[in-house]
Amino acid sequence: MSTVKTASDQADPAILGKIKPAPWIDKPLVENKRNLHWVTEKICGIVERKTPVWWWWCFILALCIASFTGMGLVYLVSTGVGVWGNSNPVNWGWAIVNFVFWIGIGHAGTLISAVLCLLKQKWRTSINRASEAMTVFAVLCAGIFPLFHVGRVWFAWWLFPIPNSNAIWPQFRSPLEWDVFAVSTYATVSILFWYMGMIPDLAVIRDRAKETWRKYFYGVLSMGWRNANNHWRNFEMAYLLLAGLSTPLVLSVHTIVSFDFAVANLPGWHTTIFPPYFVAGAIFSGFGMVLTLLLPLRSLFGLHDLITQGHIDNICKITLATGTMVGYAYSMEFFIAWYGANSYESFAFINRAFGNYWWAYWIMVSCNVISPQLFWFKKIRDNTPLVWIISIFVNIGMWFERFVIANTTLSRDFLPSSWGYYSPTIVDIFTFAGTFGFFSVLFLLFIRFLPLMPMAEVKMVMPQADPHGSKNH
Amino acid sequence: MDIKYGISATFNSAKDIYEAAGEVRKAGYTNWECFTPMPIHGLDAQMGLGRSKVPCFTLAGGITGFFTGMLIVWYMNEFDYPLIVGGKPYFSPIYPFPVFYELTILFAAFGTLFGMFFLNRLPRHNHPVFEHPNFGRTGDDKFMVVIEVDDPKFDEQETTELLRGLGGKSVSVIREPIE
Repeated sequence: MSTVKTASDQADPAILGKIKPAPWIDKPLVENKRNLHWVTEKICGIVERKTPVWWWWCFILALCIASFTGMGLVYLVSTGVGVWGNSNPVNWGWAIVNFVFWIGIGHAGTLISAVLCLLKQKWRTSINRASEAMTVFAVLCAGIFPLFHVGRVWFAWWLFPIPNSNAIWPQFRSPLEWDVFAVSTYATVSILFWYMGMIPDLAVIRDRAKETWRKYFYGVLSMGWRNANNHWRNFEMAYLLLAGLSTPLVLSVHTIVSFDFAVANLPGWHTTIFPPYFVAGAIFSGFGMVLTLLLPLRSLFGLHDLITQGHIDNICKITLATGTMVGYAYSMEFFIAWYGANSYESFAFINRAFGNYWWAYWIMVSCNVISPQLFWFKKIRDNTPLVWIISIFVNIGMWFERFVIANTTLSRDFLPSSWGYYSPTIVDIFTFAGTFGFFSVLFLLFIRFLPLMPMAEVKMVMPQADPHGSKNH
Repeated sequence: MDIKYGISATFNSAKDIYEAAGEVRKAGYTNWECFTPMPIHGLDAQMGLGRSKVPCFTLAGGITGFFTGMLIVWYMNEFDYPLIVGGKPYFSPIYPFPVFYELTILFAAFGTLFGMFFLNRLPRHNHPVFEHPNFGRTGDDKFMVVIEVDDPKFDEQETTELLRGLGGKSVSVIREPIE
């Protein structure tokens, strides 16, 4: 061992007394010095007071839009899957695009509730309930497409390992079968996590309820929760464990969704970058949707003290980071296509950017790579309407990403004789548009009847929850 | 008819109940409970409680899930109806790993939730503490200590005085109605 003294060995510790590091100021997570009772009144008030007029208008509009999906599916089931634009060579079309789009949106909810919980990011508390609700509803929307794409939807249960009259079992070598397990597990665990987190808040509403139906409705749902410390002890442990389980789950779900593509031998799909690239894209799109949903809610219900500018800043920064990762993945795909020296692969990528779907590719790049870069600027992050508009661009861009991946490859595969051009039919378009209505119906019911924010968790990050009574917890 | 369930005292802050809980434990009570609107950091230690047992249920669920997944794939694709697909083996622990993985998480999650319910003895929609007129406030902004009559150290006068001495407000007896 050498005995060379490094600069740090020689540093005089006394100097630490002279330099005064700038104090680190933690911004309060609940602004305006609100007390615990205010939080209860605010969140329960949303559920307890009279239904606002805007809610009814939104609900009726959402129901009308949701009926598009209903009609589209009835038409599809009664006529046949040919009413969608799928045909050779593009047999997947919008169905897979919409599926991946919706499932990706779900990922931000789990990220907020699970990953940020494990990372002890306290700012997640006020937004996690609504984001988890978004996850559950997005997964329900996603499930519609593969379910009806099987054609004879009444046989969809054959996907599950249930004995049937043909004595045929599912085939576990197929990534599509893995997807059945991944997505159904994801939906189930997301619902469990969402519901378990809600139990203490449902109990609060139960205890405040005046009407009989409320007492029964919230009473049954809250399972007799009674705020006892012993309950909290097991609850917190269970919450932490579910967060720990959801984290590998959320990463695996989009990984397996990407296997639907990556395990195929088609140029443009058969790449190892797909799993991380899909996960980053999913989180990116999900955070876009979180902004799209929470910014209007914040102003409609006056939640500015709970969803502060600091929260919006953080969400914007995550969107920026994941958007940049997605941009990196796009360029890396191109690099590998060239570096791999496989002519089919390089054709697939040149075709993506300049071929028959060039317009979709450039919509994708401008929405996903360029628009989030605006979040580098504080002025833009502070401008709530602009943040909302950018979040819409993120949603659009991520839909196009899946469209580009699925269609450019299938429409131009190995033999030019089998090339084709895919266009959706009117049934495709209406069925997809309707899922936004379906999602909104569920989300509106959620904000009307269930606690929008986890009250106990919000209270935990307030100074009043500190048993040592310090002012800045 | 009703019988006594316990004595309750209300506190106004997390600090007060934290300190009160420590004193109640030191006084030797074993059958008592704190009611708080949110989990209070460090209250378990003050009450002399150990680590929650929920992880045992999670682990049991996870192990069950993993082997259920293996069993399903082996039984269906190797034993009951072997089918050659893509030249891959009938059964292998490698290719269907996503199935084992997902079922591990699924069963572990169910284990966690039901483990939590089991350890908390839920659902239970009737409980004597619900008889307390101000019980609802413990979900809002009040903190409550309840010492049960069943506690071996329970003595109505002594316990009342202890809770009063700790700064407990509206110390009162909770009565449980019986038919």
